[in-house]
Amino acid sequence: MIAFQKFNTQFNFAFIDESTKREIRRKLLKAICIPGYQVPYSSPEMPIARGWGTGGLHVTLSLIGRQDVFKIIDQGSDASVNACNLRDFVRRTTDCRTTFDTREATLIQSRHRITEETLSEHQILVFQVPQPEPLRGVERYERKTREMHGEADYAKMWVSLYESYVKYGDIMEGAGYPVKVNERYIMSPSPIPRWDVPNLNHSQCLFLFGAGREKRLYAVPPHTTVTPLEFEDVRFRTEKFPGIRCAMSGAEGAFMDELYGEDTTSRHVVNDSDFLDKLLANDEPPRWENPYLREVLDGLDG
Amino acid sequence: MGYVAVKGGTEAIENATDLVEFYRVRDQTSPVQLQQLQAQFRLAIDKIMGEGSFYAPEYGALALKQVEGDGLEAAFILRAFRATLSRKYYSAILDTKSMFVQRRISSSFRDIPGGQVLGPTRDYTQRLIDTRLVDETNEHIRAFLAGFASRIDAATPGEVTTFGKVVDILRAQGLLKEVRPEDRRVVDITREAVKFPAPRSARLQMLARAETGGIMALGYSSMRGHGGVHPTVGELRVGLVDVKVTDPAGRNRYIGRIRVTEAEMITEAQTAGKEAVPYYAIGYGLCFGQNETKAICMGILDRALRTEGNRAPANDQEFVLYHTDGIEAMGFTSHLKLPHYVTFQSGLSNLREAVDRERAAKKDQGQSSTAEPEPPEQPAVVFAENPDLTG
Repeated sequence: MIAFQKFNTQFNFAFIDESTKREIRRKLLKAICIPGYQVPYSSPEMPIARGWGTGGLHVTLSLIGRQDVFKIIDQGSDASVNACNLRDFVRRTTDCRTTFDTREATLIQSRHRITEETLSEHQILVFQVPQPEPLRGVERYERKTREMHGEADYAKMWVSLYESYVKYGDIMEGAGYPVKVNERYIMSPSPIPRWDVPNLNHSQCLFLFGAGREKRLYAVPPHTTVTPLEFEDVRFRTEKFPGIRCAMSGAEGAFMDELYGEDTTSRHVVNDSDFLDKLLANDEPPRWENPYLREVLDGLDG
Repeated sequence: MGYVAVKGGTEAIENATDLVEFYRVRDQTSPVQLQQLQAQFRLAIDKIMGEGSFYAPEYGALALKQVEGDGLEAAFILRAFRATLSRKYYSAILDTKSMFVQRRISSSFRDIPGGQVLGPTRDYTQRLIDTRLVDETNEHIRAFLAGFASRIDAATPGEVTTFGKVVDILRAQGLLKEVRPEDRRVVDITREAVKFPAPRSARLQMLARAETGGIMALGYSSMRGHGGVHPTVGELRVGLVDVKVTDPAGRNRYIGRIRVTEAEMITEAQTAGKEAVPYYAIGYGLCFGQNETKAICMGILDRALRTEGNRAPANDQEFVLYHTDGIEAMGFTSHLKLPHYVTFQSGLSNLREAVDRERAAKKDQGQSSTAEPEPPEQPAVVFAENPDLTG
């Protein structure tokens, strides 16, 4: 527990006071009931900077119980500096056990990745979201985007994808590729890479999204249809790593980091640090099942 | 190598934390006492309390000390601490008419009932760097205080008085007009996310917590012609006001006094088409402590935000309110320092494919006609066109 000795201030279990936790949990229930809909919430200030995972922390801290095993990753890595800082904060305010092992974690907070290892119905993945509004690129006013969602008026979004195709020959959305959830709301999947987007579809686990600075919560419940926006003849596709092998494990078919050495030659390593550790220990964990990954893995076999 | 560098995050953080603490104390000067900060850095702490939305001078001093004088960081720490405190009461509306006035001026009239009271201000000093302070000693301070005290006749203290509002003069003459009908709901922006259009209570709360420099920039833009508010200081007052709450038994309780700055800015109301009289309207600013720039700019923006249409940034609720919160703006700006290699890789993958397509297309062209020299490629355009959803 953190305590100010001088002014003798004790912080609550999991830092946030119970009435605010209850409010956040109520809003999360609403988010789960309306998949993909952004629910406004109080978003109290945290001792972590806005934009550094406060929304994810609100979700994590309002849900975490003493039995939970907590894992946090930042851009795929358990050991990234901000992940270390947030893990330390959660551990100090809850005394919960923390882990790097995706399998044993019950609550996983992530900045911009879904684990390469599949997640079960006993696990919750919490995303830190910088910009929850998928329509912000086509409509700057919140007042109007809420109306557009209310009326399912997504014409501007479709036109922008079409314009991208006309200008550049493809849909140029990178991370945070817009998806439609439960055939109703267009949603920004935090910004996870396209590689991870298909794993949102009909998953076993619950996905929760917290955008602290923008004060919005949303959710993709298990077994929910999530489809990336695409045209009949211009399809969604994931990032390609053709012929690229991990310099550490020799593996293919995972999302890769591109590293540059002193001589500016590049090499690649598997991005998901826990997945890489398991590959190196010859303990390849179960993967997600999705047609895009299947195609990549089948390509490797052939 | 790259991967190894990313591991070891915990150790790196510990080292960085130790190093920044070392920078704070390495010269081994005497520790700054909170009392000193409260006394001698009064205005910095006022600003921190306002932006931190937490009236607690000793905590403000502590935060300022902790972060080596970075006002934004200190305000952030206060806000984070404040968010852990439960809200037990909402205070009664502050009565600034009964303020214990320490300073009050009006630029609308040469003389006002009760008179202009300059009070503590550096407005009319020459901003020459004061080298005498280099060697300031306790003796200097005592000598100044003795001289100051000798000018005060303690035997016959002046009567403590309150001052009527300058704007009440205009109101009594029927020259003031409401800008337009307002949404008068009182919301609590610390307990619920603001929705647009925001009621005036939400706007004023957000402006009162806004970063001084941020609202100064936007208030200034409106004075220079982007938003068309041409204000006059109806009245600016700084002083102490009583804070009262209603206890569970329904009794009014005095819980203390806070120093506030209040600005009532007079502007022309935009009257509806048929009304030919350009009535005056008030823009209202109020903030913790003595922070006159902030109160004035808040008054300007309060007025600018009630102008029909979004003709300029200062008239635009979402633009002004979303972007002037210093703690949110600073947090999101500094988050750019976090690693973004996954999100960047995703864009990179798109760009490489687009470049390949362009090369292939050029190659086809080159085969069918006389090849022209290739213009330089401009890959950066692709990123500029992408809606900025990466974080």
